[in-house]
Amino acid sequence: MKRLTDVAAPVALLVLLLAIWEGATWLLDVPHYILPAPSRIAGTFISHFPSLFHHAVATLAEIVLGLLLGGLGGFALAVAVFYSPVLERALYPLIVASQMIPVFAIAPLLIVWMGYGLWPKATVAALIGFFPIVVNASDGLRSPSEESVELFRSLGATRRQIFTKLRFPASLPTLFAGMKVAVTLCVVGATIGEWVGAHRGLGYLMLQSNALLRVDLVFAAILMLSILGLLLFGAVRIIERRALRWRDIS
Amino acid sequence: MSSRAIAVRGVAKSFAETHVLNSVTFDVKTGTWATILGPSGCGKTTLLRILTGLLDPDAGDVVVGFAPGLTGCAAYLPQRDTLLPWRTALDNATLASEIEGRPRAEARAEAVELFAHFGLAGFEDRFPSQLSGGMRQRLSLIRTFLARRDVLLLDEPLGALDPLTRATLQDWLLLVWTEFRKTILLVTHDVEEALLLSDRVLVMTERPASIALDTPVELRRPRDRASADLAAEKGKLLQMLLGGGR
Repeated sequence: MKRLTDVAAPVALLVLLLAIWEGATWLLDVPHYILPAPSRIAGTFISHFPSLFHHAVATLAEIVLGLLLGGLGGFALAVAVFYSPVLERALYPLIVASQMIPVFAIAPLLIVWMGYGLWPKATVAALIGFFPIVVNASDGLRSPSEESVELFRSLGATRRQIFTKLRFPASLPTLFAGMKVAVTLCVVGATIGEWVGAHRGLGYLMLQSNALLRVDLVFAAILMLSILGLLLFGAVRIIERRALRWRDIS
Repeated sequence: MSSRAIAVRGVAKSFAETHVLNSVTFDVKTGTWATILGPSGCGKTTLLRILTGLLDPDAGDVVVGFAPGLTGCAAYLPQRDTLLPWRTALDNATLASEIEGRPRAEARAEAVELFAHFGLAGFEDRFPSQLSGGMRQRLSLIRTFLARRDVLLLDEPLGALDPLTRATLQDWLLLVWTEFRKTILLVTHDVEEALLLSDRVLVMTERPASIALDTPVELRRPRDRASADLAAEKGKLLQMLLGGGR
């Protein structure tokens, strides 16, 4: 019963909003190149699906690569900062400051440095995505109690064993929380990367369609991007459930 | 049987401004059970951490087992729950052998045997969150046993349990001790528990702590919680605690 309302509530709200949108464009006679009706967008989505899919594959590759780079980089930074107080003092202000720089300012530079391919987009995605991972993984690495660490030391565990058998598994719940935030950020990052310069991808398609006043295609691309984001988020959740099986049982 | 498993000589320890241990001296004979009684916050845990090798004393000597002051001579059960929530009961129990690098199959077989022996059979694959408080504590104790050390240092292992579970686990601990004949140093603030379980009771003073009283428990085993002898001993000990504790 609970599951049903979980699904029904958001679907009902979405249907209601779409109905208002559809009715408003029809009643107010809004031109489709200003704001197309949902039905028109749906039609475009279906008729242009092969093209949308073609572009989605490119964007997906950028997001996944960006997430991997950001995830590994972010986790490595968190470990480095955890084990070295000097690095922590040196790096933390820089890490926080890096989030104040608008990605739009760096993205063109990355194109200059790395060319038009996959890498600059993945880098933009990684640059936004790594921050929640660093913050969450740091918290996770710190989470084991002093008693747990002492228990390990009393058993003669090496620093490496304390990391692999205690700190790393203890950091997984917050690491996954960071990954879930990072996924959504990477979707935005990859799109921004494409806006600055690309010949393929959903962000590129949006920009091109906008220039041609194909607003319906812009919305279709946004819809495709949302679907992509949801699928990736779902994938991270599935991996999380697998890895943290112990948390769901109680 | 008369050799010493633990020897503590004039051990002192301070943290910054706090003088925790003044001068602590006592011995524990191999295979016997000694219990440290004392008010909360008197430095009992500090003493255990020194015995485990986690802390160095400011002054004095500590010998546990045969090597002086070495980490890993004693199996330590910390006061707070330290079971790893992401490991199954069996994987928690075999933690020590895993750290030592013993063959996994051998360690697991040994653990399974202990599970069966101590009433946790069938719970090997459960996670700690699926176990009751008493079972978790039993699992922690099995883990401590499986560290295969001759000396066990137990820091208020039954402190957080309800009276019934506590009594059950006291009996169980006795059973385990009788069977394995390890040297046990137990820390508790429960006078009855000390008398029921141990060969000797050491009373610690408030901070800066020293041993105020070191007395053998003359009650014959098996002891009975409800017996008049135990009640009389408890009365005597309490009187000494209240009178000469400082």
